[in-house]
Amino acid sequence: MVKTFFRKFFKKFNPFNKKANLKVGLYGPPNGGKSTLANRICMDWLGEEMSSVSHISHETREIKIKEQVTIKNKKGKELMFSLVDTPGIATKIDYEEFLKKGIKRTEAKKRAKEATKGVIDAIKWLDNMDFVVVVLDATKDPYSQVNITIIGNLQARNIPVLIAANKVDLNKASIDAIKAAFPQYEVVGISAKYGKNVEDFYDNLFKLVN
Amino acid sequence: MVTFQFVPYQDIEALTSAKRINKLLNIVKGDRIVIMEGRLRKEEEADLIEITMEEIGSKFRGIELSVIYPDKTKLDAMQKLRSMFTNMILGDRQGLTIIGPASIVKRIEKDPDKIELFTKDNVNSPRYRGKRKNK
Repeated sequence: MVKTFFRKFFKKFNPFNKKANLKVGLYGPPNGGKSTLANRICMDWLGEEMSSVSHISHETREIKIKEQVTIKNKKGKELMFSLVDTPGIATKIDYEEFLKKGIKRTEAKKRAKEATKGVIDAIKWLDNMDFVVVVLDATKDPYSQVNITIIGNLQARNIPVLIAANKVDLNKASIDAIKAAFPQYEVVGISAKYGKNVEDFYDNLFKLVN
Repeated sequence: MVTFQFVPYQDIEALTSAKRINKLLNIVKGDRIVIMEGRLRKEEEADLIEITMEEIGSKFRGIELSVIYPDKTKLDAMQKLRSMFTNMILGDRQGLTIIGPASIVKRIEKDPDKIELFTKDNVNSPRYRGKRKNK
C-alpha cells in the first residue's frame, strides 16, 4: 500500500512524466477478447496486428506492449498511449483442459506453466497502468470472482476503468447484466471481432483519459 | 465426500496478509473447501491468485473462489454509519468467502446473494474408478 502511494505520488509530480507515456491496459478473464480488441485498435490506427488470438484459453501468456498508438476522435483531437495486452487472469489452470482441445501433453504442460506466469505478470503490471479497459465476455456471468477481484483492485489503486462488454454480436450477450454488476463504471458494448460499435468505444476511451 | 472447513474471522484477524493467504491455501491444498467468515482485502484477493499461480503443479490445479458480501448501496445512512463503526472496532466480518480446490470444485455461481457450488465427479469413488476401467 505504501509502495503504491509513493509510486502514484512520484508519477503525479514527476515533470518528465508526459501524457505521451500513458499506459492503457487491457485486462480481464481468459477468452474475453482482449487480444482481439488489441488487434482491432492496432489495425484501425496502425494498420498492423498486435497479438495472436485463439479459441483456446490462455493464448496470450505474456505481457505485450504496442507503443505510440495514436487514436483520433471525431473532433480530430489526438490521444497517444502505449497499449498493453495482458494474459487473462484466472484462479486455476489445468493442463488437461488444453489436452481436451487437442494440444499434445508436453505442449499442454508448457502452456499451463507459461499461463501461470502470465497471470502473475498481469497482476504485477496493474501498478504500472494509468488507465484500464476491462474486457468482459458479454455472454458470460459477470459476477465471477475474477471479474470482481480485477475491478476491485483497480478501484483500490484509483485507476480509471472502462468496461468493454465484448461479443455483442452473439445472441446470448447481455450488456445490461454487466451494467447491473458494475454500475459505477461506464460500460460500452462492442464486437471486437467484427468492429461493431468500436467508434463508441474510442469515444469512451477519450473520455476516460481526458 | 466433500469436506468444508470453517475459518472464523478471529483466526485470521491478527495474521499478516501473507500468513492469511498461506493458511487458507494450506487448507485448500488439503482438499478441503474453506468457508471463511468475512472477506480478504481486495489486494489480498489478488495476492491469493498470484500465490495460487506460483503453487500450481501436477497435484494442485488452482482454486475456485467466491465472496458473498452484503450490498451496501441498499443500506440507509444510519445503517452505513453503524456498519462503519462495527468494522472499525471488530474488523470487516461481514460476508462469506468460499475457496475450494479446482480439482474438487468445478465452478461457483453467484446470483449475487445466492451461491451454487458445483463439484466434479469424485475421482476416488469406486463407481468412478469402475467407469474408468471399463473405458
